[in-house]
Amino acid sequence: MMRYFLRRLAHAFLLIIGVSILAFLFTTLAPGNYFDEMRLNPQIAPETVAALRAQYQLDRPLVVRYASWVNSLVHGQMGFSFAYNSPVAPLLLVRVRNTLLLTVTATALAWGIALPLGVWSADRLGRLPDRMITWGTAALLVIPDLALALGLLVLAVRTGWFPTGGMASVDFENFSLLRKWRDLALHMVLPILALVLSALPLLVRHVRAAVAEVLGAPFLLAAQGHGISRRTLLYRYALPAAANPLISLFGFSIGALLSGSLLIEVVMSWPGLGPFLLEAILARDLYVVIGGVLFSTIFLVAGNFLADALLYWADPRIRTESGSR
Amino acid sequence: MQPLIKVETLVKRYAGRNLAGRRQEVIALDGVSFEVFAGTTVAVVGESGSGKSTLALCLACLEEPTSGSIWFEGIDILQGAERARREIRPQMQLIFQDPAYSLNPRWRAIEILTEPLILQGRISREEMKERAYSLLGRVGLSREIAERLPGELSGGQRQRLAIARALALEPKVLVLDEALSALDCSVQAQIANFLMELQRALGMTYVFITHDLGMAAHLADEIVVMNAGRIVEQGRVEEVLREPRKEITRRLVTAVPRMTHAPVAPIGQ
Repeated sequence: MMRYFLRRLAHAFLLIIGVSILAFLFTTLAPGNYFDEMRLNPQIAPETVAALRAQYQLDRPLVVRYASWVNSLVHGQMGFSFAYNSPVAPLLLVRVRNTLLLTVTATALAWGIALPLGVWSADRLGRLPDRMITWGTAALLVIPDLALALGLLVLAVRTGWFPTGGMASVDFENFSLLRKWRDLALHMVLPILALVLSALPLLVRHVRAAVAEVLGAPFLLAAQGHGISRRTLLYRYALPAAANPLISLFGFSIGALLSGSLLIEVVMSWPGLGPFLLEAILARDLYVVIGGVLFSTIFLVAGNFLADALLYWADPRIRTESGSR
Repeated sequence: MQPLIKVETLVKRYAGRNLAGRRQEVIALDGVSFEVFAGTTVAVVGESGSGKSTLALCLACLEEPTSGSIWFEGIDILQGAERARREIRPQMQLIFQDPAYSLNPRWRAIEILTEPLILQGRISREEMKERAYSLLGRVGLSREIAERLPGELSGGQRQRLAIARALALEPKVLVLDEALSALDCSVQAQIANFLMELQRALGMTYVFITHDLGMAAHLADEIVVMNAGRIVEQGRVEEVLREPRKEITRRLVTAVPRMTHAPVAPIGQ
C-alpha cells in the first residue's frame, strides 16, 4: 500500500517537472518578450534594453535559463517578475490565497447543496420534484458562465445590495475587525454565487445519477427489509455505494480550485490569480505565467492524488485488489 | 387454526408506457389470495412474468399493493403508517435470487451480519460480534469468513451469508425469491437441505418462490401455481403434482427433468 502511494507520488513529481519544462518551452516559443515594447520607445537607448535583457538572462540559451529558474525555485522565488520588479513567489502567493478564499468556499457550498439535492432528486426519480430539478439544472447548464456573471453584476448594480467588484471597500484599513469580516463577506457573495451556480448543475446531476443507479440494488432492498428509515437508507447505504464516481468528481473539483474561477475573477475584478495571470500574459511577464501554470498543475495533480486516496479509503474492494498485488 | 399470513385479493398494477409512448398499465398481481400456516412452506410457482417477484416484494412490505390486504398474525399490515410497517418488516425477511447483488459489496461479512443488529439497538458491540459469529455457525460458515468481502466468497457461501443476515433479525417468515436459482446444482441441494433443517430447528415459515417445480416439490407442503398475475391452481404438493388440472401446471410439471413420479424423492438422500 505504501509502495502504491510512493509510486503515485513519484509519478506526480515527474509530471510537474514535465509541465514546468513545457511551460518554459511554450512561453519562449511565443513571439516577443517583455522588453520588446521598450525598443519602440525612442527615449530608451537600445543599449539599455540590451543591458536589461542581459540582466534578466533573456539572451542566454534556454537550458541555462531553465537551470537558473529551478535554482530560484529551490530558494522559494520562482523567478523574477519584470513588471513588478520582484520575485514571483510572494506575488503569486497573495493571489493564490485570494483565489482559494473564493473557490474553497464556493466548492464546499456547491457540494454541500448538491449532495442532499441530488439524493433527494434520485429518491423521487421521475416524479415532479425530480423533473423540476432536472429541468432547472439543464437550464443552468446551458447558460454560459460569463452571461451568469454579467447577469449577477446587473442585479447587483440595480439593487445596490452587493458591491460589484474587488475584495474590500476603499477605507477597509480603518474598519474594526468585525466590520472587516462583514465587508469581505459582502464582496465574496457575487463571485461565489456565480461559481456555485455554474458548478452546481453538473454536481447535482452526477449525484442524482449515481444514487439512482444504486437505489434499485437488491442489497438496498434487503436493508430496507430490516426496517430502517428512508433517511438511513439513503445516506448510510445508498450514498456510500454511489460514492466512487463522486469521489473522482470531487478530486476534479479540488484540481479546479485554482483554475476554475479565472474568468469569474476577471469579470468581477476579484484580486486573485485570474486578473493577475491575464495581465502577465498580455505583458509577457513570462516567469509569472510559468509560476501560475505550475501552481495550477500542482493543484490538479494534488486533486487527483486526493481522489485516489479517498477511493482507497472509501472502498474496501480497491484495498484488497491492490493489497493482493 | 389462524394462518400466520393471509393474503386477500391482492392487486398490484404498475403504470407504464408502451413503445408508442401511450400509457399502459401492467397488471402484475390480479386478485391473489392464499394462506400460509406457521411452520410450513408454501411454494409459489410460475413462469417468469407471472407476478411471483412482485408478490415477494409485497409480502416483505417493500412494495405497496394497489388494493387487497395482507394479514400478518391477524393484523392488516397495509392499513398502518410507514412507521408501523417498518416494525413489521424485520419479521418477514426476503432472500434474493443472486447474493452477489443482495449483499453490500463494500462491507465485510461481519459488518453485514452486525448491521441489522445495530438497527435493533440496545446491544453492546461485544454482544453483536458474538451474535454474528453464532449466526455464521448456524448457517454452516466458518469464522474465518467474517473478515471477507462478499466478492471473495463463493456463490453458496454468499447465499448462506444472506440467509444468516436475514436470521439476525429473528424473523418468523423467510420469503425466498428464487433463492436457489442462481446457484449451481450441488450447492442448490446443499442450501435446500439446510433450509429444511433450519425449519425443523427454528419452526420457520417459508414462502418459497421459484420457477422450478422439482425444487418446490422437494421443499414445500403446499403449492400455489401462478400465471399472468392470477393463481391458477393451489393445494397440497402431492395433489397438485399427481393430478395437475390446468394446462399451465402440466407444462411446468413436464418441464422438470426426469420427474415421472410425483412427489420426487428428496434430493441428497
